[in-house]
Amino acid sequence: MTGNCNKFNTKMSGLRVLVGCKRVIDYAVKIRVKPDKSGVVTDGVKHSMNPFDEIAIEEAVRMKEKKIASEVIALSCGPTQCQETLRTALAMGADRAIHVKVEGKDYEGLQPLHVSKILSKVAQDEKADIVLVGKQAIDDDSNQTGQMTAALLDWPQATFASKIEKNNGNLTVVREIDGGLETIKVNIPAVLTTDLRLNEPRYATLPNIMKAKKKPLATKTASDLGVDLTPRQEVLSVEDPPVRQAGQKVESVEELVKKLQDAGLVPS
Amino acid sequence: MFCRKLPKYLVTLARSYHRTGSKQSLQASIAKVPDNLVKALAGIVGDKNVSTAMAVREQHGRDESYHDCAPPEVVAFAESVEHVSEVLKLCNDAEVPLIPFGSGTGLEGGVNAIRGGVCLDVSKMTNIISVHPEDFDCTVECGVTRNTLNNYLRDTGLWFPIDPGADASLCGMCATSASGTNAVRYGTMRENVMNLEVVLADGRVINTAGKDRRTKKTSAGYNLTNLFVGSEGTLGIITKATLRLHGIPEDTISAVCNFQDVQSAVDTTVQVLQCGIQIARIEFLDEVSVDACNKYSKLDMKVAPSLFLEFTGSPNSLKDQTQLVGDLVKMNNGSDFRWASDIEERNHLWKARHDILYACMALRPGCKPYSTDVCVPISNLPEVIVRSKEEIQKAGVVGPIVGHVGDGNFHVFFPVDQSNPEEVKVVSEVARKMAVLALEFNGTCTGEHGIGMGKRKLLEQEIGEDGLDVMRQIKATFDPKGILNPGKVFF
Repeated sequence: MTGNCNKFNTKMSGLRVLVGCKRVIDYAVKIRVKPDKSGVVTDGVKHSMNPFDEIAIEEAVRMKEKKIASEVIALSCGPTQCQETLRTALAMGADRAIHVKVEGKDYEGLQPLHVSKILSKVAQDEKADIVLVGKQAIDDDSNQTGQMTAALLDWPQATFASKIEKNNGNLTVVREIDGGLETIKVNIPAVLTTDLRLNEPRYATLPNIMKAKKKPLATKTASDLGVDLTPRQEVLSVEDPPVRQAGQKVESVEELVKKLQDAGLVPS
Repeated sequence: MFCRKLPKYLVTLARSYHRTGSKQSLQASIAKVPDNLVKALAGIVGDKNVSTAMAVREQHGRDESYHDCAPPEVVAFAESVEHVSEVLKLCNDAEVPLIPFGSGTGLEGGVNAIRGGVCLDVSKMTNIISVHPEDFDCTVECGVTRNTLNNYLRDTGLWFPIDPGADASLCGMCATSASGTNAVRYGTMRENVMNLEVVLADGRVINTAGKDRRTKKTSAGYNLTNLFVGSEGTLGIITKATLRLHGIPEDTISAVCNFQDVQSAVDTTVQVLQCGIQIARIEFLDEVSVDACNKYSKLDMKVAPSLFLEFTGSPNSLKDQTQLVGDLVKMNNGSDFRWASDIEERNHLWKARHDILYACMALRPGCKPYSTDVCVPISNLPEVIVRSKEEIQKAGVVGPIVGHVGDGNFHVFFPVDQSNPEEVKVVSEVARKMAVLALEFNGTCTGEHGIGMGKRKLLEQEIGEDGLDVMRQIKATFDPKGILNPGKVFF
């Protein structure tokens, strides 16, 4: 905590916010499992920014508009197409982007722990004050990256944020939890993860998309950052959920009971 | 006069019989769908895509209008244009009525199967075929809805702005020539459809502007595209549409103000338009509507004729425009001019307009909305609104008025207890009187909802006998056996 106090004295005005944006299959697409059960079909399928990361970018841009933040950096890990995701982030108002290029087998084996290591390294290199990510990605639903990043950085974390307010040197965050809402205070620097009700992200408009083309986009590799991408887990198979069976209509309670007994669901 | 008209009508009738050869029944009874037809349908679209279950049929026999449910005999689901073509061929050969179904959000009973037959649900054809951001166009299949498209487009900075309120299917919107609150800025479907793929009654598939063509303008041949826009499923089934896209607005300012009378509100509207202000939406609420909103949304707006405005553009231009509009409002003795640019504040200001349908229904809980759709030149709007209000008062019913005043179009959302036929009759009569009034004032009986079932008589008055004859001739050419959505648009 004493370490943090030094930081807060020098960075009172204008925080630097690092936002993680994952490129995922668009939420409106009907997912198909590959016949070999190794994963889902991604070729030719529409991809876009993870919706919770859109909320994170929006929140960071709003912080800049409220003069709480002075710079928003968008980061994405993956193949070249991730640059499209980063351009969307820039069009929404991020100042610059960092693309950590991960391709082929490395990309197939990319897991939250690797991304957390990348995020923490970049956060340290860029001297970020806040790391902001979506609470989870809609493809793997891991809900781990934010938490792991906080642990690696030894920073406080405020997850499932539905409201973020800045006070002097710390943040008041309202979290969505099972029982309702929890309000906590976290010192800066901190890792935050966004929940659905935090904000409604803006659309990228044509003039902003044009302006985004001129904003800086830097490319790095995981090895540049000293991160080992060896997978820790192996996906054994990916399968469709079982096909829903047709229901049966019965005419009377007696018939229902008999059917349940015949199926061994109810003792005879 | 009658004597001169009667022989002419008989001649037209005789001509139509002679020309088509087959009987075109003018008052056809409900067609019976033979069992072998249902089997043949399953042979085309697959067993899983055919249903004779009552629940499915009822779902496809009604839309959001006040018309009673008229279920088709069988519902088939198409998954490709080939399915649509073969089903049409089948029904045409068997002379069985066929009604296309998109999203079922129509307001004039367009999908009600009043002559029985087959309902062809095309909502499974959900491909967004192409988007060309540099050309501002996209092509979609008939199952794609407005919100689905705009969601898909959100990263491109473009959108399809026609907003009829419901999440309607885009080709359904083509079929009814839909419009919405944005029409004052972006036009209606008529101005925003570049090409259509249509399946005709005999199963032929045509592209109205030629296959894959998507030009901003053309003068090649007849304008078939706009012939099908607004045809309500009576000339062919639209399976693909190429639509014009627009840039998502950069910044928006919303404003609200009220006036002492309808005339001042409309005068202000006219002046705003004449100043060339980039108005995106301009909506009128009468005092009954405002009162309903105050009660429903717990607001405390002044109960007076009000205008809700929305301007879009670059942040710099918006401030100037807001200033100018504020001055115009003052000039017309308007008051309480408030504006906001923040999205949460804008939503709060416009809450009254957004909740209006529910607020109107809440005036009489348990009622369904019966909506009118009269449209006149803007200069005639004050007179028509004032006279309409007189009719509403005379009939002793509750009739809140909401208007797309920038287009001269307004709706009365009557809350009607549909189980009370007397009430439905009274409201229908008021609606009819209002439509007739609009026709007297150079207007139309339907600005955006279409003719469907309820306005067939009014269409005759509006277009006139000769015009209507031409329409019937066109219908007979495209649909000699009269199977395409029979009983809609004309009798």
